[in-house]
Amino acid sequence: MTVESTAARKPRRSAGSKAGTTGTKRTTSTTPGKGGDPDLVQLLTPEGKRVKNAEYDAYVEDITPEQLRGLYRDMVLTRRFDAEATSLQRQGELGLWASLLGQEAAQIGSGRALDDEDYVFPTYREHGVAWCRGVDPTNLLGMFRGVNNGGWDPNGNNFHLYTIVIGSQTLHATGYAMGVAKDGADSAVIAYFGDGASSQGDVAESFTFAAVYNAPVVFFCQNNQWAISEPTEKQTRVPLYQRAQGFGFPGVRVDGNDVLACLAVTKWALERARNGEGPTLVEAFTYRMGAHTTSDDPTRYRHDDERAAWEAKDPIARLRAYLEASNHADEGFFAELEAESEALGRRVREAVRAMPDPDHFAIFENVYADGHALVDEERAQFAAYQASFADAEGGR
Amino acid sequence: MAEKMALAKAINESLRKALESDPKVLVMGEDVGKLGGVFRVTDGLQKDFGEERVIDTPLAESGIVGTAIGLALRGYRPVVEIQFDGFVFPAYDQIVTQLAKMHARSLGKVKLPVVVRIPYGGGIGAVEHHSESPEALFAHVAGLKIVSPSNASDAYWMMQQAIQSDDPVIFFEPKRRYWDKAEVDPEAIPGPLHKARVVREGTDLTLAAYGPMVKVCQEAAAAAQEEGKSLEVLDLRSVSPLDFDSVQASVEKTRRLVVVHEAPVFFGSGAEIAARITERCFYHLEAPVLRVGGYHAPYPPARLEEEYLPGLDRVLDAVDRALAY
Repeated sequence: MTVESTAARKPRRSAGSKAGTTGTKRTTSTTPGKGGDPDLVQLLTPEGKRVKNAEYDAYVEDITPEQLRGLYRDMVLTRRFDAEATSLQRQGELGLWASLLGQEAAQIGSGRALDDEDYVFPTYREHGVAWCRGVDPTNLLGMFRGVNNGGWDPNGNNFHLYTIVIGSQTLHATGYAMGVAKDGADSAVIAYFGDGASSQGDVAESFTFAAVYNAPVVFFCQNNQWAISEPTEKQTRVPLYQRAQGFGFPGVRVDGNDVLACLAVTKWALERARNGEGPTLVEAFTYRMGAHTTSDDPTRYRHDDERAAWEAKDPIARLRAYLEASNHADEGFFAELEAESEALGRRVREAVRAMPDPDHFAIFENVYADGHALVDEERAQFAAYQASFADAEGGR
Repeated sequence: MAEKMALAKAINESLRKALESDPKVLVMGEDVGKLGGVFRVTDGLQKDFGEERVIDTPLAESGIVGTAIGLALRGYRPVVEIQFDGFVFPAYDQIVTQLAKMHARSLGKVKLPVVVRIPYGGGIGAVEHHSESPEALFAHVAGLKIVSPSNASDAYWMMQQAIQSDDPVIFFEPKRRYWDKAEVDPEAIPGPLHKARVVREGTDLTLAAYGPMVKVCQEAAAAAQEEGKSLEVLDLRSVSPLDFDSVQASVEKTRRLVVVHEAPVFFGSGAEIAARITERCFYHLEAPVLRVGGYHAPYPPARLEEEYLPGLDRVLDAVDRALAY
């Protein structure tokens, strides 16, 4: 055999009946599809109309009204949390915040496609995915307040720490997936990154490794059109999902503001991973409605009319329209959710304000797992220095 | 039972033992499998342990270290090879921003027992980027441990200990000593990984070195002996943490210190040793701490490397200068 079999998961028979079409999905082809964009997978139009899709309907055909309300609730609460965090930054409680406003469908749709055993490698903006994984939202705020660099146990929810260096985590995800395959486990791994990260060497290398070892990983690219001030045209001359073809695995572009389509496409990609069919690139075509972070000023590089055009495609409004039109949710549901949303905001606000500063000696903690003589020495020096103030105070 | 073997073979035996005793240990890198590595350090391992555990990787250093991090997060203990010192820099980002910091970033929840093997140093007549000594560039980074054996026995045991460490270890292998033989006793009880060792006792001056320069210092000490000078030679073995207690103990006895490394002197490990020993031993020192190493110039073409690398005469010249105070 010419290809390394190392860490490769042996292809297995597809588990479910839905999987019968996995090998024949249209992915990087240019065959025209429905709607205006020939390559965009969409199940809910911006107006909230359900459109048929022969390839992906199977992945959401048995979705219940309760589950649909659940997706809606996830998006509303995530947006509420995000807005609260932005406010807390404005009030000086957080040093910085990276808002996910506009990307709720991409994150909730993909996040709810995951099984508990799957493992997530996020960027620093995956607040909606964190929500799906059960990470307490207040835990996400520690690093933005400056009390830690990551406040949760990655193995607690199979949700790795936020990664700030752009694209680095795609390699960690690939390595982790190689390990999953070695273990013979049935789970999959998902790596989040953005359009800007697609230019990073690490992302290209992760594509290479994942393809060569047939690793069970889904590359989930949220193309939110902007890498701080640079539009996608400054990153690529081809649609990002088409990059996958050159690496030897399928890529698909999904409407990133359509939670149902994101759910379906991610389920399909995860199923491929679990079935030993290797990596998939999903490009969720979405829009960063807010600034890159609270330190950014988008008025310097983009026009309001662009934002307005995307507002008409809002992920939450479109699912609400669908829920209402199909009588899947009543006024009571929306009113209750509104109250829950306000309660979440309050809880987050109170938790952040009560978040204590770390102990001074935290500087020296966990630098090494097995200790290091220099760290011990400098900790002792620091302690003596601190104590010298106490002595001076006492002497007065 | 003790056996005489080359340093490269000792590392090979050490990796073999680790692969045998812990199913989570992996060996990965460019050409480490079928070829057995360009220096044959991993010779025969893939044949005996299979492609799942001794992994020929794509030619991408950042990818090698980055996926090793992911494998470590999954519970594996990868030992990755960077083929040559000058090729580590594509992986430098992953090593510095991820490998070194993830334990702290996770508040101790995550451990990354990854060993990065780097054949380093000159003296083999190689082309550009194949003879460098970048250890100081890693020693500056908290979260990493940096070691370098000087002989086959240390290479065997230090590799065992590096693999057992729950911290990332950058393992600098002195490539020009790969073929030097020494007794290796797999039944022995090794000393701690990060402890220096006196390899020759003396009273007039201490030579401190690690990796390939230990042998040069031993030869210098033997030559000085003929001139009636008694030099102590300290094999530091570990650059981070650095065993300053052992250096201090030696300097308090000899009162003079010369640090020798192949890496450029400027901002090199010798500078750190000089500063700390000056702090610790100010009243014991009879001379400033002197350093012998590479120049602040790109590593030269092979025909010039003997002029660039510290040799016997340059070490003895520094010894003479220190003794003249």
